Amino acid sequence: MAVGDTAAGLQFWMIAVAFAALMHGFVTSDFSLRLVTLNSHSAKPMLYKITGVWGNHEGSMLLWVLIVALFGACAAWFGGNLPPSLRARVLAVQGMIGAAFMAFIIFTSNPFLRLAMPPLDGQDLNPLLQDPGLAFHPPFLYAGYVGLSMTFSFAIAALIEGRVDAAWGRWVRPYTLAAWIFLTIGIALGSWWAYYELGWGGFWFWDPVENASFMPWLISAALLHSAIVVEKRESLKSWTILLAIIAFGFSMIGAFITRSGVLTSVHAFANDPERGIFLLGITAVFMMGGLTMFAARANVMQARGVFSLSSRESMLLVNNVLLGVAAFVVFVGTIWPLVSELFFDRKLSVGAPFFDKAFTPFMIVLGLALPIGAMMPWKRGQMPRALRKLAPAGALAIAVLGLAWTLQGGRSLLGPVGLMLGVWLVAGSATDLWFRTGAGKIAQRAGRLMRLPRADWGKAVAHAGLGVTMAGVAGVLAWQTEDIRVVDIGDSFDLSGYTMTLTDVRRENGPNYGATIADVVLSKGDRQIATMHPEKRYYPVADMPTTEAAINIGFLRDVYVVIGDPQEGGGWAMRSYYKPLADWIWGGALLMAFGGALSLSDRRYRVAAGARRQVATAKVPAE
Amino acid sequence: MMRWLVLAFCLLASPVAAVQPGEMLADPALEARARDISQGLRCLVCQNENIDDSNASLAHDLRVLVRDRLTAGDSNAEVVDFIVDRYGEFVLLEPRVTGSTIALWLAGPAMLILGVAIALTYARRRGRASPEEARLSEAEATRLRDIMNE
Repeated sequence: MAVGDTAAGLQFWMIAVAFAALMHGFVTSDFSLRLVTLNSHSAKPMLYKITGVWGNHEGSMLLWVLIVALFGACAAWFGGNLPPSLRARVLAVQGMIGAAFMAFIIFTSNPFLRLAMPPLDGQDLNPLLQDPGLAFHPPFLYAGYVGLSMTFSFAIAALIEGRVDAAWGRWVRPYTLAAWIFLTIGIALGSWWAYYELGWGGFWFWDPVENASFMPWLISAALLHSAIVVEKRESLKSWTILLAIIAFGFSMIGAFITRSGVLTSVHAFANDPERGIFLLGITAVFMMGGLTMFAARANVMQARGVFSLSSRESMLLVNNVLLGVAAFVVFVGTIWPLVSELFFDRKLSVGAPFFDKAFTPFMIVLGLALPIGAMMPWKRGQMPRALRKLAPAGALAIAVLGLAWTLQGGRSLLGPVGLMLGVWLVAGSATDLWFRTGAGKIAQRAGRLMRLPRADWGKAVAHAGLGVTMAGVAGVLAWQTEDIRVVDIGDSFDLSGYTMTLTDVRRENGPNYGATIADVVLSKGDRQIATMHPEKRYYPVADMPTTEAAINIGFLRDVYVVIGDPQEGGGWAMRSYYKPLADWIWGGALLMAFGGALSLSDRRYRVAAGARRQVATAKVPAE
Repeated sequence: MMRWLVLAFCLLASPVAAVQPGEMLADPALEARARDISQGLRCLVCQNENIDDSNASLAHDLRVLVRDRLTAGDSNAEVVDFIVDRYGEFVLLEPRVTGSTIALWLAGPAMLILGVAIALTYARRRGRASPEEARLSEAEATRLRDIMNE
C-alpha cells in the first residue's frame, strides 16, 4: 500500500518532465515536432508560444493528465491524516484514471510525433486563441474537470471501504470546492473572451462545448452542497457518492464531446472518430464500473442524521434536485440532435432558444429558494421564522421588481425578475450573515461579523455572486440596445444617451498581424468620456481576420464598439451596443469563485489538512 | 481540415459578423421582426450559430430572404414555415413540439417530478426515523437514570 504514495509522486514528476519537454519545443520553436509546426510560429509572442502548448488537442491532453497526476500526488503528499487503506485506494483509482488517459494520448494523440523534413516556419496558432482571456481558459477548466476525478476516486475508495463518515466528507468537500472554483473561473474566462472577441458581445451560446463545461459545474455545485450534509449531518451519503460519480462522468462526457466531433460545435477541438471511440470507451469503463460498484455497495452506507421536512437538509435536497434537473436538461438538449437522428431519423437542431426556455425556470426557482434554505436551521426548522427574518430582503427585492417594471414600460418580465433575484440573493446573504452574529447591541454584532468563520463569509459571498450574475444576465438580455450603421470619418451618432464620433481610421502593424484601428470618441452631452479603439486584425500566416472590440467598461453599463468593413460608397460599417449590467455577469462569477476560496480557506480544512499546515493555522487568532 | 475551413469561414470571414447596414429594412418595426426571426434560425453551414450572428454568405442570403418575405407581407409564422419547407427543420434552433421532440421538451419537467418524489420519500423517511433513533438505548437510559439519581 505504501508504494502508492511514491508511485503517485513519480507519476506526477514523469509527466511533468514530458510536459516541460513539450513546452521547451514550443518556446524554442522546434519545428521538427509536428505539433509545434501545426500550432506555432517563430514570430508569435512568447506568451502565446507558452500557452500554445495547450491550445491544441494533443498538448491539452498532456496538460489534462499532468493535472490528474498532480491532484493524485497532492493526496499522497498532504493526505497524512487519511486512513492508510483509504489513501491507498484513492491513489489507486486516481492512478488508473491517469493511466487510461495516458494510453489515450500514446495510442491516438501523441504530441511528440516528429517530422522527417522540418519546415522553415510553423502554421501559427489559431489567432482567436492568441488572447490573454483564452490563454488561461483551458488550464482552469481542466483543473476543474480533473478535480472531479479526485472526488470520483474518493467515492470509489469509500465504496470499496464500505464507509462514509464526516472525515470522508471533510476530505471530499475541499476537492469538490476547488474543482468548482476552477470551473467557475474557467467558464467565466471563456464567456468573457467570447464577449469581447467574437464581435457582437454574446456571452453564452449554449454551444455543445460550453454545455460540456457547464454540466460538470452544475453537478459539482450540487455535490459540494450535499457533501456539507455528509460532513455535518452524516446524511445523504449514498446520494453524495452517486453525485461524485456522475460529476466525473460529465467531465469525461465533456472531453468526449469536445474531442470526438460527434456534435458540431463552434470550437470542437479534434474531430477524429478513433479518438471519440477511445474516449467513449474510457468513459464507459469508469462510469459502468463506478455505477455497478455503487449499486452493489450503496446500501452499506448508513445514514445517521435525522431531519424533518422543513430543515436545512431538506432545503439542500431542493438545491440538489434543481441543480441536478437543470444539468439533466442541458444534457438532454445537448445530445438530442444525436438521439433524434439515430433513433427517430429526424435531423434537427437544439439551440439557444430551447435552452433559454427549458433551463431558466429552474434557475429562477433556485434563486428564489436559496436565501430561505441558507437561513433554515439544521435538523428541524420553521419556515415562517426564516421567512420573517428575510422579510426586509424580500420587501426590497419586490420593490426593485416593481420599480424596474414601471421604469422599463411594457417590455418582457425577464429584466425586472433578474434584478429582483439579484437583490433577493445579495440582501438574503447579508441577512444570513447578520443573524449569524446572534443577539446583542448593533456594535457588538458588527464586531462579531468580522470574526465569523470564513466558511460563513464564503457562503454569503458566493450566494451573492450568483445573484449578481443573474442580474447581469437578465440586464444584458432584456435591456441592451444595438446600433448598426455606416459611418463616415467625422460623423456622430447617438446610442442610448451617448454620442459616438468616428474621428479616424488608421493602419498599424502588430508583431504577427496587421491591424485597422478606428478612433471613436465616446461622449455624453458636452463631456468627453473616452476615446475607444476598435480593431480589425489580419493574421497573414493563418490567413484569418479577427475583431477586437473596444469596450468602455462601467459599473452599470458597457459601451461596446466594433469596426467593420469599409463600404463601397465610403465610410465604415460600425456596430455599437449599450449593454446594461454586462460586467456583473463575470463579476458575479468572480464573487462566486472568491466565496468558494474563502470557504476553502476555512479553519477546519486547514486543521484537517494535517500537521504540516500547523504553522499556517498558528497565525489565525483563536476563536 | 474541411471542418476548420468551415469554422474559419463562419467565425471569421469578415470581422464584423452578422447583419450588415445595407441589409437592414427602413421600417424599424419590420426590421425588429426580422431580427427576432433570424435569431431562431440556424446558419446551415455553421456550427450552432443563428443567421443573425453568422457572417457566412448563406446566412446573409437567408437574412435577405426573411426580409423579402416580411416586406411581401408574410406573418412571422409564414416566414418561418417558408424557410423550413425549403431547408428542413434542421434550420430551427428551437425544435417544434411534435412527435419525438415532445420527449425533449418533457424531459426536464418529468425529471423534476421524479426528483421531487425521490427527495420527498427520502426526507420523510429521515423524518420518521427520528423517534426511534432519537430514543435512548437501554444502556444509555440506565446511565441517565443513575446520573439523575445521584
